[in-house]
Amino acid sequence: MSKSSVAYIVSAATLIVAVWAGVSIGSVEIPLSTLWNKGDATATNILWKIRMPRVILAGLVGASLAIAGAAFQGLLKNPLADPYTLGVSSGASVGAVMTLFFGLSLPFLGTFTLPVFSMVGAALTMFFVLGFARLVDRAMKMETIILTGIIFGSFLGSVLSLMIALTGEELRQIIGWLLGSVSMRGWNYIMMILPFVLVGSILLWLNRRELNAMLFGEERAHHLGINVKRRKFMILIGGSILTGSAVAVSGTIGFVGLVVPHMTRLMWGADHRHLLMLSFMNGASLLIICDLIARTIISPSELPVGVITAFIGAPVFAFIFYRQRRKGAM
Amino acid sequence: MLQVEKISGGYGEEPVVKSVSFHVKKGEMLGILGPNGSGKSTLLKIISGILPAENGTVTIDGRQASHYSQKEFARKVAVLPQLHAHAFSHTVRETVELGRYPHQSGLFSSWSDADEKAVIGAMNSTGVAHYGKQSIELLSGGEQQRVFVAQALAQEAPILLLDEPTNHLDIAHQQQLLNTIRKQAVENGLTVISVFHDINLASLYCDRLLLMEEGRISRIGLPQDVVKEEAIQQVYKALVKTEPHPELPKPQIILLPDRIGENLPLLVTKEDFFVSSKYVVLHAKSPLKTVSSAVHNAGTGWYKTFVNRHVDTAYNPADVKGEMADYLATEGFRLTDTVGMMTAVTTEHVEIGEYAGKFGTILVAVTAGIGNAVDVSQALKRDEAPRIGTINTWIIINGELPDEAFIQAMITATEAKAKALQTEQVKDPLTDTIATGTSTDSMLVAATQQGEELPYAGPVTELGRLIAHGVYECTVRAVQAYKKAKGWPS
Repeated sequence: MSKSSVAYIVSAATLIVAVWAGVSIGSVEIPLSTLWNKGDATATNILWKIRMPRVILAGLVGASLAIAGAAFQGLLKNPLADPYTLGVSSGASVGAVMTLFFGLSLPFLGTFTLPVFSMVGAALTMFFVLGFARLVDRAMKMETIILTGIIFGSFLGSVLSLMIALTGEELRQIIGWLLGSVSMRGWNYIMMILPFVLVGSILLWLNRRELNAMLFGEERAHHLGINVKRRKFMILIGGSILTGSAVAVSGTIGFVGLVVPHMTRLMWGADHRHLLMLSFMNGASLLIICDLIARTIISPSELPVGVITAFIGAPVFAFIFYRQRRKGAM
Repeated sequence: MLQVEKISGGYGEEPVVKSVSFHVKKGEMLGILGPNGSGKSTLLKIISGILPAENGTVTIDGRQASHYSQKEFARKVAVLPQLHAHAFSHTVRETVELGRYPHQSGLFSSWSDADEKAVIGAMNSTGVAHYGKQSIELLSGGEQQRVFVAQALAQEAPILLLDEPTNHLDIAHQQQLLNTIRKQAVENGLTVISVFHDINLASLYCDRLLLMEEGRISRIGLPQDVVKEEAIQQVYKALVKTEPHPELPKPQIILLPDRIGENLPLLVTKEDFFVSSKYVVLHAKSPLKTVSSAVHNAGTGWYKTFVNRHVDTAYNPADVKGEMADYLATEGFRLTDTVGMMTAVTTEHVEIGEYAGKFGTILVAVTAGIGNAVDVSQALKRDEAPRIGTINTWIIINGELPDEAFIQAMITATEAKAKALQTEQVKDPLTDTIATGTSTDSMLVAATQQGEELPYAGPVTELGRLIAHGVYECTVRAVQAYKKAKGWPS
């Protein structure tokens, strides 16, 4: 069996185990049989109304951030890049925090005012970042894009800080949102981000071979017959859609987008033909497990999942990194 | 195959490449040369489509390059970049597979047999097949560059552009890489255009060369028409000489450094000779440019020590050169600095003369054994192995000679020697006619290559007259000494 088949099987198995653990573990144990046995009404309710949407949302957010991170790291040829590098997430945060700060609630949207505003913020930021980068440098060099992302990101960051500084009773709510959480969202949130996750992931996946070539530099990619400019745009927009929608429904959950692609690369290689999908699956697994820990570790209270991602992810990453380097040295 | 028509272009206002036109035939290797900033890399970038041409056109297979789509262009033209580093590591096989990108289309773009064949073929012809699963990060620079050659070959484009492909490679890898590419050109009709830093490599491997100067073509043509002293000196502003390659009809350039720290001025005098019963030795303070038909270190070279060694008449080892080298080493001579000859005559009978002209002095040293004298006009009548008996002639010149003067010096000296034998009535024992030399004569001309330039050494030139006179006089005296020692009538 080829290495890539093993990779897919291992990743899929991990994801299934993560989903199973995510739906069954908690203050009330839900046996797996509840899935098909509707006998126990309470258990069925908890499973379908609370646990399952939460697990699926965590999975989608984790998957989006991880695949976007993998693509951005490859495109920007920078191992420190993550989905937040372009500043799109800051735009999404400003949209969300503004909703909380001003206590906005639009008719027809109701509780969805926040994610919708957040998505609008993300979209506007993406538009401005790419537009400005193009204005500065028609060739849209990677350095230009990174710098533009930093400029917009830090400006939007200061807007966020301003709102936080001026806020009163909403502070806890704002901080809580910024740290990231997938609790109490329900099926509607899933339906809301699902199309974005699909479109963004497909856009990235269509560029898997182009990403491989661009690792050798834009000039090299050009010589291999790639329309670099168009492909770059597709990747940036795909990644931004994923990031914006993920942040809009869950806040800025750190670490997943940075570390999952690295972990996947270290374990299964840097070939984007597999890296993208594997990162997608592993990102989902990681966030489902982190969310499970976040809601059980100090039960009945909950921690923001962003705290757990870094707390769990960093040591795991360190271990894999160490093992790989040792193996390489020997 | 590829036609470049009056293209100009560059980065800013002032174009770097100015109205350059040339064409390349299928299977041809064209080398682009030029000093830093002459526009050679820019020219390549315009051809490969990285930079837009402000003016002019590039035509590939009868169709303008700008009318090709990106993928179509990549099916026609592959580019091998300079060696570079990158962040994440692909395996060798994955890297080579990327070369198939322009041949793949569709959403899932399945891997075809043609793809597989091209990748395997490219990996085999570059010798990276056995690295397959290794990460390119872990390979040495030379091996990495081979992987990129494989990638470019897997592209199966009929035209290959290279930008200083041998930069940062050691000579073995340079040779391997260019041999591989040359082979593709000759056997598969690959058309190659390559920018070169190294003029000598370009001359060795390319069919034609293009020399750029300030964005324009200075010269284009065969290596022997482009790699010329005056052209290279003018374009590169460097002091060079050209020399033919020892094995191939390709010119090579040689840098001329400032002569700092050399033993100047160098003068060879009679006092530098040392004569004993074992050998005659001349020891110069610095190496002399030497042309000789000696046993050890014959041919052209720079040598400091010159040995004419006595051997007895029974001397007949199987490997004369090896025995001579062993002997010189045992006697404490440095083999790389020393020219060695041998003679059966008593070395104390050497005739050494010092002759002064307006430019300076020359030295002549002759040992003559005439037991084996030969009349060259009757040479066809001889069918036996040479016997013992040799005239060894050395001419040392305190002056600077071009190659042709060395040859003229040899002619003049040979004529003088023949005349001396005539004067002394030395006869070929077989034919009983006047001899012109012996069957094993050796000659050596060495010059300090300092002081006055002496362009000619024919018999009526300043230098030639001294050589003629000196060789004649010394040979006559050496023959007389030989006769006397043998108790012959003189």
